[in-house]
Amino acid sequence: MAGTTDTTETPSTTAGVTGTASGEVLLRVRDLEVTFTTEQGPVVAARNVSFDVLAGQTVAIVGESGSGKTTVATAVLGLLPGNGRVTAGSVEISGRDVVGLSRAELQRMRGRVLGLVPQDPMTNLNPVATVGSQVVETLEGTGVARGRGAKERARDLLVEVGLSDAESRMGSYPHEFSGGMRQRALIAMGLAGSPALLVADEPTSALDVTVQRVILDKLADLTTSRGTSVLLITHDLGLAAERASHLLVMYRGELVEHGSAREILRDPQHEYTKRLLAAAPSLASRRIQIARSTGQLDAVADDLLAPTEVTEVGEVGEAVGTEAAPVIRASHLRKVFPGARRGLRRRPDVVAVDDVSFDLPRGQTLGIVGESGSGKSTVARMVLDLLPPTSGSVELDGLTVGARSQAEEVAFRRRVQPIFQDPYSSLDPLFTIARTIEEPLRAHGVGSVTQRRARVRELLEQVALPEDVLRRYPSELSGGQRQRVAIARALALNPDVVVCDEAVSALDVVVQAQILHLLAELQSQLDLSYLFISHDLAVVRQIADQVVVMEKGAVVEQGRTDDVFDAPQQPYTQALLAAIPGANLDLAIS
Amino acid sequence: MLIVRRLAQLVPTLIGLTILLFFWVRALPGGPAVALLGERATPEAVADINRLYGFDRPLLEQYFTYVGRLLQGDFGTSIRTRRPVLEEFIDRFPATLELSLAALLFAVVVAIPLGYVAARRRGTIVDHTSVVVSLIGVTVPVFFLAFILKYVFAVKLGWFATTGRASVDINATNPTNLYVLDGLLTGELDASWDAILHLVLPAIALGSIPLAIIARMTRASVMEVQGADYVRTARAKGLRPGRLRNRVILRNAMLPVATTIGLQVGLLLSGAVLTETVFSFPGIGSFLYQAISSSDYPVLQGFILAIAIVYALVNLLVDISYGLIDPRMRARS
Repeated sequence: MAGTTDTTETPSTTAGVTGTASGEVLLRVRDLEVTFTTEQGPVVAARNVSFDVLAGQTVAIVGESGSGKTTVATAVLGLLPGNGRVTAGSVEISGRDVVGLSRAELQRMRGRVLGLVPQDPMTNLNPVATVGSQVVETLEGTGVARGRGAKERARDLLVEVGLSDAESRMGSYPHEFSGGMRQRALIAMGLAGSPALLVADEPTSALDVTVQRVILDKLADLTTSRGTSVLLITHDLGLAAERASHLLVMYRGELVEHGSAREILRDPQHEYTKRLLAAAPSLASRRIQIARSTGQLDAVADDLLAPTEVTEVGEVGEAVGTEAAPVIRASHLRKVFPGARRGLRRRPDVVAVDDVSFDLPRGQTLGIVGESGSGKSTVARMVLDLLPPTSGSVELDGLTVGARSQAEEVAFRRRVQPIFQDPYSSLDPLFTIARTIEEPLRAHGVGSVTQRRARVRELLEQVALPEDVLRRYPSELSGGQRQRVAIARALALNPDVVVCDEAVSALDVVVQAQILHLLAELQSQLDLSYLFISHDLAVVRQIADQVVVMEKGAVVEQGRTDDVFDAPQQPYTQALLAAIPGANLDLAIS
Repeated sequence: MLIVRRLAQLVPTLIGLTILLFFWVRALPGGPAVALLGERATPEAVADINRLYGFDRPLLEQYFTYVGRLLQGDFGTSIRTRRPVLEEFIDRFPATLELSLAALLFAVVVAIPLGYVAARRRGTIVDHTSVVVSLIGVTVPVFFLAFILKYVFAVKLGWFATTGRASVDINATNPTNLYVLDGLLTGELDASWDAILHLVLPAIALGSIPLAIIARMTRASVMEVQGADYVRTARAKGLRPGRLRNRVILRNAMLPVATTIGLQVGLLLSGAVLTETVFSFPGIGSFLYQAISSSDYPVLQGFILAIAIVYALVNLLVDISYGLIDPRMRARS
């Protein structure tokens, strides 16, 4: 299905187009095939990929994890890991094929012709060297400047990428920088040698939305003014459409669709692109609960790759808005972490959560949104009784949580269960799936061995996993499957409340949508109450009945989801909503 | 601040150790007097000794007397040589220190390049060879290796000295008692060279185990670091291979290796007993060996305590150096 980009096509004036293409082909990829040698034999990670990037153009490759988008990008950079090889096709940069080049020849091109802004700012800086020296070594390595000149140029670059106080920050180490600052430093390094092509591999996916927007704007400014071509790799269709003139959609190692951003959004051709568009949680997407109660769930579920079976549709619509006693009530929660001691002095205390109150009505979902450092996870931990509040209280059915006997604590744990963000690290790698799901039943001494086994099978069915996963280990499952296992484990003891701390954040959009539907379905079946913590406003909009917006430990705004999202009262909420990439996708299309 | 705190943390360790050493001697079969006099001692002689050394006093009183003497630098007197234990230790420690430093130098200088190359050429003959060499280094007993080295290179080939620290015809002044350093300080270079010829074989024998451990640690650490995101990013920046290796890969890979090297010091001190005995090297190791053979308990007691203090101080140095090479540790401490 790989097509060849029409090189005579000029980018249209779609909203969000960056860069001015001169029409000259800078990067020409033809029939690229990349194969990885693994213990199970060769695996083709990308095949038949062909596309062009014009000088000054921004092209985005969109796809979920495992689609081969990063493989293509690293092949273009000549940075494939040791077991990966280009097994067919060509990658030409300014007419020169880089596939067969020697290490030394490639090294001379890196930084000067090919630049990289990598994905995760937390792991891409050398932890034992100062940020300044890392920019300086880039300048020296690419031969742009050396010695004192390099130092001055490095400082100018850091100023240019918007690092405040660049002069004194030069001597700081990466661990002293925030995620946004690190990403700025990485952009400075990527642009230091003024490369003709900059590969930006998910440059902001690890950052908060408001920071994300600022960094992407900065990146666009700098590449436009330099005439740099950008190959943007992202899983986020909205972001891609907003930032690139041209989109390439990859699925399972193949380029399934390409074209101008506007065309693809308006009229997706390939089945996968359609699903991706449907699953992308945008602020305009229908609420799962609303869709369900109005009988439109099937329409939503049909869009998914492997829809979970809808067994029973409860009457959820009526429950919304009832004034029954809340199952969880948090009143005036406050958490202060004592400042770290430094020598004889102590740093000031950190107020992580300040006067947070909310009610979680039975059978409903309360979303807590905020950026990193907003205190939302601290709230989750206090509700789970993993962290005692400094003051204030959490009540479960009117009874205060914490400071109880051991029996009461065990009873509490049965009723309130967590689902954590990372399905890779929250499952014990040495337990089979059967053991993992059974564990809470064993720990609480529920039932006999046969009863427990039956219960595990029942749970597996509830989360729509095939029975053969029981004997497998977490490492043999996909991210979505692992999160289903985590849900099954959380449900094993028939809890009343499930605290989902970024429970879908690590998943691809299509899988994310499946899990959200599963959660909604289970809620109506089992009358569960969810406390749903997320940084992703679009996800919260889909699942939550009520929402609490947090900033710097305090509640900024709270209310019914629709009210908060349609008519945000506070400037912070408005800024958060405005920063979501693709928030105006619908405008762009229509 | 860190140093003060770490030194303070040493105190409970040392108190525990004195208690252990104190009761160890009291728990000897027949008590310390029999240990002193031998098994055929008459009851009268045992009673005399008990009265003389205060072994008939209450245990708690005896313990405080013991600790009180330690604090005044009185580590007891050797039964065999009739000299104060502390003096014996101070006389012999420089020899062991010199040998340990030489062994550590040998181990580090060989192990780090070996581990690095093995990691970079993973799965090749170089890698496999390094793994085998490491295994041999760990599994071959130190005294066996010492005998082989001595037999081949000293006795048969005559390249190095067979025993001792210095040849009899060398008559040099020794301000620090570290012979190699002394020769350099006083300008008696022939004495330095002579000392080196005496050091090489014991240092290789003693350094073989640390070498194997450090090489394996370096290999594992480099392997992990070279797959890190920041290494790929550094490569994408266009860094030259030399700079990539030294500044990015090695500097990060050395963090766990530094801890490993620190831990080897304990191994060196214990390995010195065997190595020094084989080479008749006049350090604390060979003296300890003689003390064990002749049940010289005051020497054992005193040397163990002194070695423990040295070991703790070395670990303190390692911790401090850790802060120097890893900026993240600086922030935390």
